[in-house]
Amino acid sequence: MIDIDTITKRYDDTEVVSDVSLSVPAGSIAVIVGTSGSGKTTLLRMINRLVEPTSGRIRIDGQDTHSLSPHVLRRKIGYAIQGHGLFPHRTVAQNIATVPKLLGWEPARIKQRVADLLTLFQLDPAAYGPRYPSALSGGQQQRVGVARALAAEPAVLLMDEPFGALDPVIRAKAQDDLRAIQRRFGTTIIMVTHDMEEAIHLGDRIAVMDGGRLLQYASPTEILTAPATGFVESLLGAADRPFRLLSLTTLADVVEPGTADGAPLSADATARDGLSALLWTGRDAAPVQSADGAPLGRVTRARLMAAARLPGQAPV
Amino acid sequence: MALSAAIQGGRAGAARFRPDRIGLVISLVALGGLCLPFATVKPNRILAGVAKTILEALPQTGSILLLAVLFVAITIACLRSPAWLRLGASVLVLLALAGAIGVSGIVLTPSGNPYARVAPAAGFWLLAFAMALLTADALTRLRPGPFGRVAALAATAVVFGFILKSGLWDNLSILKEYAVRADSFWAAAAAHVELALGSLVAAVAFGLPIGILCHRVPKIRDAVLNALNIVQTVPSIALFGLLIAPLGWIAVHVPGAKAIGIQGIGMAPAFVALFLYSLLPVVANTVAGLAAVSPSANDAARGMGMTERERLFQVELPLALPVIITGIRIVLVQNIGLATIAALIGGGGFGVFVFQGIGQTAIDLVLLGTVPTVALAFAAAVILDAVVELLSTPSVRDSAP
Ligand SMILES: Nc1ncnc2c1ncn2[C@@H]1O[C@H](COP(=O)(O)OP(=O)(O)OP(=O)(O)O)[C@@H](O)[C@H]1O
Ligand SMILES: [Mg+2]
Repeated sequence: MIDIDTITKRYDDTEVVSDVSLSVPAGSIAVIVGTSGSGKTTLLRMINRLVEPTSGRIRIDGQDTHSLSPHVLRRKIGYAIQGHGLFPHRTVAQNIATVPKLLGWEPARIKQRVADLLTLFQLDPAAYGPRYPSALSGGQQQRVGVARALAAEPAVLLMDEPFGALDPVIRAKAQDDLRAIQRRFGTTIIMVTHDMEEAIHLGDRIAVMDGGRLLQYASPTEILTAPATGFVESLLGAADRPFRLLSLTTLADVVEPGTADGAPLSADATARDGLSALLWTGRDAAPVQSADGAPLGRVTRARLMAAARLPGQAPV
Repeated sequence: MALSAAIQGGRAGAARFRPDRIGLVISLVALGGLCLPFATVKPNRILAGVAKTILEALPQTGSILLLAVLFVAITIACLRSPAWLRLGASVLVLLALAGAIGVSGIVLTPSGNPYARVAPAAGFWLLAFAMALLTADALTRLRPGPFGRVAALAATAVVFGFILKSGLWDNLSILKEYAVRADSFWAAAAAHVELALGSLVAAVAFGLPIGILCHRVPKIRDAVLNALNIVQTVPSIALFGLLIAPLGWIAVHVPGAKAIGIQGIGMAPAFVALFLYSLLPVVANTVAGLAAVSPSANDAARGMGMTERERLFQVELPLALPVIITGIRIVLVQNIGLATIAALIGGGGFGVFVFQGIGQTAIDLVLLGTVPTVALAFAAAVILDAVVELLSTPSVRDSAP
């Protein structure tokens, strides 16, 4: 549980973060979005005290971050810096081992942990562990940066645009991996991103910032269906909203009894993928089956279109 | 496609007959060397000598052999030949020259005349210079790694040591100067190394912390660097002079100072002067190296929870090390040269021979001081360059099989 309480950061006369309060429940993911220069990185860095707030307090699990000395605090918080920040003079394995080493873990345990993390991020430990960061692609460097942040199994993880350099395929995979890790260890994550899809896909809650202010902090559905201001609405891309809304629903949520012709769809596909499949094959309905192939019913185009509609809006 | 390939092929064909430009220049230098006298014979160490050509300085078979290898090497140098061939040819000629000058020393020294001197003359030096250039050029083309360069240096040192030990050059004038002052030569060598290395160690011991402090406290940085810059601009002889008074005062007034060798003239002021000259490169390179550490690496180090001390030793210094070592290289080479001046105020070192030689107009004695100084500086430069390269390219080192 991270509690940010009326936090403000001022440089000279300009307030880059103004009076922001939000709390992130333990084991959930909060995503911060906003235009460039809106104070996202500054807000994130006040949590691990890389930036000292001008006023306000931050508590992690009830404990004020100022009750610990900065380096002790930071060793407990994973931090994936904007643009990887790997140490160029250390190998990939040594980079990942940084915090465990600072914490004085046993060498055998560190080695095991490094190998596990590299495997998790689809990098062969034998091939990539001994390499220097300069011998990795940008996307690989970013994955190593995230692995390094996770190395000491932190309860809290701060990530600043961690997947910016990844192509869509690897990015989707990395997002799923992060989700899996987060579920397994119950990590509390605060993540900054520019990618709205990523925010909606990963975030339990989304914080929208503009000019240092927090405009809205709510679940993806709420942000989509009830944007607090015109700015939030435009940031989400008004034209894409129905599809984003659909991407938050799975076919299991909209399946209805009945049968239909054609290739069956999987129940854990998103409603967006379901609608896309129906449109592409020109069908009005498709059968839905569970992951193990058991028929569950069908999904109709009308039902999906209703799900994409702004709640409370009557059909014409 | 086919046309351009044909043109390329044509070019490659023409290239075979085009001379190698660097080789051509080197060959001209070597031919110039052939026209000049190879050795001089002097009645004693001060009087002017009689010049001898290669044909006069060597037995007939010797001169034919030397000329033969020389012409082979020149031919190889002028053609676009592979680098290892150029290297082999130039090294062979250098060895032949080393042997030839030794033989002419033996041949030209009149028997029973202990005062006569045989010295290499302009022709020898020019030939040796040309072949050294060819060697250096070939080595550059072969791009040896840091270990290869140090190995080449070590091989050169072994060959020189072997030749000196064998007595082949004992009839040459420099070695005759050496023979009469062998003891003072090694004392001077010890003093020279002590001055150059000792002041470097002291400069690193003080300069590194000062540099780190300047990096952490930007306010004092400009003041410190400016002060050291001013020291650097004081001419060495003036700095010695300036130090005589304070050190003399310390020797008289501080108990025990004299006992550890502090006095107005001698080793102490020379040491202090070299130390002061060394501070600027060490401090400036430390500051520059630390400033060049990427902000994101520093940021990550802080973000990972390193203390200031851990960040300094685990991130900043390792990343700044190549630049800092570059500063140390500058200092060491500079100090080895500057330590020669120390002789002027009784500080010892190879400068003793240089200034004695100038006083006595005995050029051989000047060379006895100069040649080891240049060799030391050269060796220091090669070794430290290799260290810098090893430290700064971890990724290259890693990918090597
Ligand atoms: N040390 C500093 N001194 C003065 N101004 C700063 C400092 N650090 C950041 N700022 C300013 O604060 C504002 C917010 O910066 P921040 O890095 O938090 O933006 P961001 O939302 O992360 O942007 P981006 O999406 O481009 O990463 C910017 O206008 C920036 O110029
Ligand atoms: Mg940012």
